[in-house]
Amino acid sequence: MASAAVDRYLEQFSTFQAELPGHGVDWLDRSRRGALDAFAKTGFPTPRHEDWKYTRVTPIEKRSFRIPERNGIEVQGADLERFGLGALDCEQLVFVNGHYVDALSRRNVSESGVRITTLASAINASSPLLESHLGRLADTTSQPFSALNTAFMSDGAVIHVKGRNGDQRPIHLLFLATSDDMVAHPRTLVVAEAQSRAAVIESYASLTEGCYFTNALTEIALMEGAQLEHYKLQQESPAAFHVATLEARLDSDSRFASHSISFGGQLVRNDINVRIEAEGAACLLNGLFMVGGRQHVDYHTRIDHAKPRGTSEEFYKGILDGRSRGVFNGRVKVHPDAQKTDAHQSNNNLLLSRDAEIDTKPELEIYADDVKCSHGATVGQLDERALFYLRSRGIDEDQARSLLTFGFAREILERVELAPLREKVTDALLERMPNAKQLREMVA
Amino acid sequence: MLSIKNLHVTVDGKEIIRGLELEVKAGEVHAIMGPNGSGKSTLAHVLAGREDYEVTDGQVLYEGRDLLQMPVEDRAREGVFLGFQYPVEIPGVNNTYFLKAALNAGRKHRGLSELDAMDFIKLVKEKMEILHMDESLLQRAVNVGFSGGEKKRNEVFQMAVLEPRLAILDETDSGLDIDALKDVAHGVNALRSGDRAIVLVTHYQRLLNYIVPDFVHILSDGRIIKSGGRELALEVEEEGYSELRRRAAPA
Repeated sequence: MASAAVDRYLEQFSTFQAELPGHGVDWLDRSRRGALDAFAKTGFPTPRHEDWKYTRVTPIEKRSFRIPERNGIEVQGADLERFGLGALDCEQLVFVNGHYVDALSRRNVSESGVRITTLASAINASSPLLESHLGRLADTTSQPFSALNTAFMSDGAVIHVKGRNGDQRPIHLLFLATSDDMVAHPRTLVVAEAQSRAAVIESYASLTEGCYFTNALTEIALMEGAQLEHYKLQQESPAAFHVATLEARLDSDSRFASHSISFGGQLVRNDINVRIEAEGAACLLNGLFMVGGRQHVDYHTRIDHAKPRGTSEEFYKGILDGRSRGVFNGRVKVHPDAQKTDAHQSNNNLLLSRDAEIDTKPELEIYADDVKCSHGATVGQLDERALFYLRSRGIDEDQARSLLTFGFAREILERVELAPLREKVTDALLERMPNAKQLREMVA
Repeated sequence: MLSIKNLHVTVDGKEIIRGLELEVKAGEVHAIMGPNGSGKSTLAHVLAGREDYEVTDGQVLYEGRDLLQMPVEDRAREGVFLGFQYPVEIPGVNNTYFLKAALNAGRKHRGLSELDAMDFIKLVKEKMEILHMDESLLQRAVNVGFSGGEKKRNEVFQMAVLEPRLAILDETDSGLDIDALKDVAHGVNALRSGDRAIVLVTHYQRLLNYIVPDFVHILSDGRIIKSGGRELALEVEEEGYSELRRRAAPA
């Protein structure tokens, strides 16, 4: 399907391909070229695709974005303090406009049990891990944004977890945007070897209020008995486009937790796909978004129970104000082989304004007969009785609304296990409400 | 302190309060008794500021000011407290922080400095002892998972901490076992003082054995049909509301 937009990306590719890392490496060239060809065929998704029914990406399609130059000088210490995780003893890799900036990062070279490399340097070093894992989980044939990412990816992180002792320091990947009209395709690969444990945080934030486009793709492979906590905190510019796909594959008895928090962006789409590919794996999907104005946020989650005795728990909450629009589509597929599956999903939404809207759709497909599955979805407003109760104790109306809103979100925040991160997320949430300072004291 | 004149209130298009008159002075304890549907709870909620109840006529003065013109939160900050018959559960909002915010909102409004965490905890512990409240309730979300009795104790506990000038307790005795009733009564009695007024709204006279009122009023069909002293409550218990209503009916 040829369109001006597709042509623009094809042209951009021919201009830049020589500058992309690994140019000339056969398997990578083929992978990029194959993805680009697939994108040329599909074009951008349209509402005719069931998966894109409520989210039109025309604004992304219509606008042209440039591939930014490598720099990072404009990032100040205060910016890192604001978006970094200073309070958490962690490895922190900072990417500015898609490029890794070593001077801003905090690395502990002696870290054992985990090997962290930037994507560009892993490619340049011909890491065997890349060839065996990169692109193996992503669907670059029928997912246009995954295809675009694969064609254009130039940096990101490759995390190889081997340590079994469970005390690895968390790894924070901070993606900062500082310039308008640019596009970045951050790519992250996590391979967790058998019985290893790690926590990985991806943050997306911006020092500009302008419009740019982040198209992120993360692939996570958990081997037998591995445990991974994955966090994603999205605080892009209010005008930004943010599309992110996470693909996880779970081997036997592994445990995967995904916590996805989304506050920023004008048009946001998150796809989270988890495949339970061997017996006894467990996954938790925990998510919260809060939007207002004319923001649009779309979460599509999919859990495939392909093998027996897997468990999945999913908790998603949405808070919508102004004329914002939300979409939650939670698909759980229990394959014929997946007996003794235990799968539960809930999606609760709070509408703070009459003009806000949410489309929520749980989809359970069950092809095995000995399973326990449940789902529930709610859409509601703030409880007027609770508002009156708080006000009748002297708490003013704005604050009472914020308190009840915070109370609604709290359950999701409490599942965030890393305390400094939980505080960061709590602060980011409170900042989006009136009386943030007073509220922080009240909920401290 | 509180002066209600010819009050008419409509709820969902139906007139519930129909020309109610009441005078409450500082230092007094008034009991308002009446059968179900007589308008007791409506009166209590109107005084606290329920916005979906429509006042169609009449006047309510609180310390000489027009109470009905004051926003809900200002009434609370000026010292009006409503103890709810059905306290609301507020998930995710911690009981302690809620109470601290409420207390400090009132203090700030009255030009006092806000209490810090230490002073606040000291005050809270003192008040909890009066009510024999389990300290773990402080760390829980407001009223969430509280038993009926715990919710009512929590109401009176809040009142004890906030120290209102005018406390209106809406059927605080309903659903309480005798131990809880005694604790609640103890909490209310501890608050009795010359510069404070208490209005007890109740269906039964049982509570009045423990909190002895100065005045008892019988509410029926949105009007006070009879007022008297402590003995009026006993009369109600003996004869029932319908007999009183019959006798009070105009000839």
